[in-house]
Amino acid sequence: MTEPPILLSVQDVTLHFGRVQALSRVSFDVKEGEILAIIGPNGAGKTSMLNCISHFYTPSQGHIYFQGRDLTKTKPTQIPRLGVARTFQNLALYSGLSTLDNLMAARHIHMKTGMLGSLIYWGFGHREDLRHREVVEEIIEFLEMESIRKTVVGALPHGLRKRVELGRALALEPKLLLLDEPMTGMNQEEKEDMARFILDAHELRRLTLVLIEHDMGLVMDIADRVVVLDFGLKIAEGTPDEIRNNPDVIKAYLGQEHRHL
Amino acid sequence: MTVLRPAGEFDESYATDMATIRRGWQWIALFGLIAGVYLLPFYASQSTVALVNRIAISIIAVQGLNLLTGYTGQISLGQAAFMTVGGYISALLAIHFGWSFLITLPVAALGAGVIGLFFGLPSLRVKGFYLAMSTLAAQFIIPWFTRNAFPELLNGAQGVNVPVPVIFGIEFNTPQKYLYLTITFLIITTILASNAARSRMGRAFVAVRDNDVAAELMGISPFKYKLQAFFLAAVFAGVAGALSAHHLRHINSESFNLNDSVLLLGMLILGGMGTNLGPFLGAAAVELIIEFATIAGPIVSAWIPSNSAGGVQALRPLLFGLALMLFLIFEPKGLAHRWQLIKAAWRLRPFAR
Ligand SMILES: Nc1ncnc2c1ncn2[C@@H]1O[C@H](COP(=O)(O)OP(=O)(O)OP(=O)(O)O)[C@@H](O)[C@H]1O
Ligand SMILES: [Mg+2]
Repeated sequence: MTEPPILLSVQDVTLHFGRVQALSRVSFDVKEGEILAIIGPNGAGKTSMLNCISHFYTPSQGHIYFQGRDLTKTKPTQIPRLGVARTFQNLALYSGLSTLDNLMAARHIHMKTGMLGSLIYWGFGHREDLRHREVVEEIIEFLEMESIRKTVVGALPHGLRKRVELGRALALEPKLLLLDEPMTGMNQEEKEDMARFILDAHELRRLTLVLIEHDMGLVMDIADRVVVLDFGLKIAEGTPDEIRNNPDVIKAYLGQEHRHL
Repeated sequence: MTVLRPAGEFDESYATDMATIRRGWQWIALFGLIAGVYLLPFYASQSTVALVNRIAISIIAVQGLNLLTGYTGQISLGQAAFMTVGGYISALLAIHFGWSFLITLPVAALGAGVIGLFFGLPSLRVKGFYLAMSTLAAQFIIPWFTRNAFPELLNGAQGVNVPVPVIFGIEFNTPQKYLYLTITFLIITTILASNAARSRMGRAFVAVRDNDVAAELMGISPFKYKLQAFFLAAVFAGVAGALSAHHLRHINSESFNLNDSVLLLGMLILGGMGTNLGPFLGAAAVELIIEFATIAGPIVSAWIPSNSAGGVQALRPLLFGLALMLFLIFEPKGLAHRWQLIKAAWRLRPFAR
């Protein structure tokens, strides 16, 4: 068996907020086709890591290469065009648009109709919308969202909004999908649905996944590899089994429980 | 626009699902309505026709503002200033080059658009209240410019007289004749505005309005679409300004003032931001309130001891302010939203509450 190629390479990434060291010299690779989980206690720097990959934050040091391209030097609007999509820990949908239009808005990067074409619409703009509507409808069907197709997402319950966010990310047709706690605030049944959708998307769309998740059982079930962050430091990396028995990881999580107590 | 459909009726293709007007009878109703408006001069009084002209011109300006404020979420208090730009450009081109109105109007619209784009630049750095303040700058700078710059061309505070449009030998010199111009341009701007809203650009506008950070990380440049919205809003204002200037046959720095900018924003709020119908309902409602105040003014001022002209003057802003306040309290989403609720109830009859 040949090693799959490396899709994303995080090298020595450091990020400060004033005196808070959100990330210090974090490095890891994501291999094509794998599911990599990033875990760690609250405030460990997980979301900050994703924000660096999206180039929402610029690390003060280090580089992030996606298929050889340095994302820390790429405009944020270009990153989804390269094939990197994400969801947000605290929902970030376009709340005034319907489910359908949220997904259509994600097709933006694959569409060409400009200002004049939009104003005239008739002809090219209309045909292009129809073509992309078909792609979007496939995703709506895949995520079983037919009944909320025309519902304005601001009116949807939390669990469904999370699903629309996954749909919007899939509508970008990425190679790499970054999921920031896709199951928080969900009940058990919704969590199971979501896990199934994520695994199906991974398989059917041959996606590479980076998943941030607090539910340990789930992470251990579905991740190929796990990266553990604590106070901005990578304290461990390995298969779920290796992570489960890693003394540093146990200490970090025990420490967190003490902090909570 | 008027989409009334009974429950249980669904579309069979994505094209019909996406169409604005979906059924045969809706087309008939729409054409009937348009014909009714075009034929107004044959059955309505001159003052009614003049009112419809004013409403139509306001609708066009509010449609532009709707793209910027309603869809893209950028507050502007400068819309009337861009009407001034459009009015002057069209007037000067007609006076000095003798160009046809059909050429001066689009050129004026584009010219206003470019100036609008320029005043939209602060939106890249500031939001909300601060942006409103910086668009207000347009409302001071542009009238100041027309009063003080190039006096031999712009004629200072006096302003310039604007020629009557002549198209295919027809002189549009009465409100009745002018109606054909305003309604024709209103139809065009309505088509453009509703296309803008439902297309790739319109979705990008709303994305920027609802979550500019997410939009950017999803590949939609807030920078680009804010500027496009400022440009388009001013283009629509330019059309409205040119239409108005050639109708009133005069333009000066006060033809479209801060008061009008506030009025246009009020129309948008009353009608419903981010809807195609909002500008129609809002402009009609406010113009009718103003009309009512003009009629009721003398009656009221006969009762209240004050000089009569002052009474009329005071009643307009009073009524407008009152209407706006009541709407913000009881119908914050505007008239178009109420219309949606009525439609939904109709669709679900007899089960609606
Ligand atoms: N925009 C910001 N400004 C200042 N500090 C920030 C900012 N974003 C994150 N931080 C800080 O950086 C650290 C890492 O935060 P981050 O959100 O990445 O943690 P996390 O691992 O995602 O936590 P959680 O599990 O709670 O989501 C925290 O101390 C946080 O307070
Ligand atoms: Mg987080």
